Amino acid sequence: MIVIAALLVAVMLAAAAAALVFRDLLSAVIASCVVSLIASILFLLLQAPDVAMAEASIGAALITAVFVIAIRRTERYEE
Amino acid sequence: MRTLTSLILLAVIAVGIGFALTEVPFGTPKTEVGGYYLEHGREETGAANTVTSVVVGYRAFDTLGEVTVLFVAALGLGAVLAAAGGAGARREVEPASLVLRTGAILLFPLLVLFGTYIFLHGHLTPGGGFQGGAVIASACLLIYLGSRERIISRVGRTVTESLSGLAFVLIGLIGLAFSAQFLSDFLPKGTLNTLFSAGVIPLIYVAVGFKVGAELGGVIDDMVKETR
Amino acid sequence: MSFLQDYAYYIGAFGLVFIGLLIVLVQHNLIKVIIGVSIFDTGINLFLIAVGYIRNGTAPIFSRAGLEPGAMVDPVPQALVLTSIVIGVAVLALALGIAVRLYREYGTLDLRKIRELRW
Repeated sequence: MIVIAALLVAVMLAAAAAALVFRDLLSAVIASCVVSLIASILFLLLQAPDVAMAEASIGAALITAVFVIAIRRTERYEE
Repeated sequence: MRTLTSLILLAVIAVGIGFALTEVPFGTPKTEVGGYYLEHGREETGAANTVTSVVVGYRAFDTLGEVTVLFVAALGLGAVLAAAGGAGARREVEPASLVLRTGAILLFPLLVLFGTYIFLHGHLTPGGGFQGGAVIASACLLIYLGSRERIISRVGRTVTESLSGLAFVLIGLIGLAFSAQFLSDFLPKGTLNTLFSAGVIPLIYVAVGFKVGAELGGVIDDMVKETR
Repeated sequence: MSFLQDYAYYIGAFGLVFIGLLIVLVQHNLIKVIIGVSIFDTGINLFLIAVGYIRNGTAPIFSRAGLEPGAMVDPVPQALVLTSIVIGVAVLALALGIAVRLYREYGTLDLRKIRELRW
């Protein structure tokens, strides 16, 4: 179980580093959505099902949707 | 230059936090009030879910403050985006495909039902008002993805949001009238693990669920409606 | 192995905090900065839940008879993080609304150019 948690933490940190490096803003938003999803799984492994549900529905669905709508109204590539 | 300074600063902070984390060992009990809530939560509030009894029972006033913060943020967003209607290039939008349109209209009542189930059973299973409200807001988002004109009426949404917020404060005031304490419990506690238990907690969560769902749906509505 | 067992969650949480801080300090596109604030929020919430974990504990829900309250994890950090997630989404939605309005006024989202436009 701790090996699974360590692997998930490694993937989450890789996704956060990808959000730092990408120049396409849509790809950076998808990377931050991956961070939220893996954080939701880690909340479940830490025995907190309420918080996992809240992070999955609010952080991974609604925030990503609001980001994508905001990017559509401004520019997609950072200069 | 800026990158190098930031990296050095973060390295110094990381060393400091590393020394501080040795004082916080992983996996040992650290507070005493958590043990008190676990021991006495069942007979004092009647809810089987201890996190619900902490959020809505013992610390219900903080939840009222959080609902207020959410309301002020939605109000600010509406005020910022309302002035001097949409400028910028109008892009060509093509209508959504048939699968998306039909699927959105078929899934919308099921999603609202699922969200209502989540916050109605907040005191028995993991869940509660905020999670159920977010699922209802996702249902509104699905409708906006499926069709280009608004189907959810604006008047219905604002009336739902206002009445739910008012219901939360009214429940608190009725508790004040009953036993001189704002948001105290005035309904019978019932037996554990049944639907009609835990006093006034399910009523507060129903009000919070509808309010959060209508509010987050309104936030998405404000941000979408200017891309036309 | 025991080092990993003790500190895997702390390394994950503070790794997210530092990457989020680095994005806020270095990037010059406003939407990238807001993505950095969102990652920072997630890292802090993960740290709070990791502090409240007790070894071999279960979730604090009395779903069937016979569960001991002594073998459960701490419920207070979970209530705090629930509030924190909802307030985080409210603040991020308002920040994105202000960013959209800034783009409409200045025509660019580059923070260096917006600072120069003040004079």
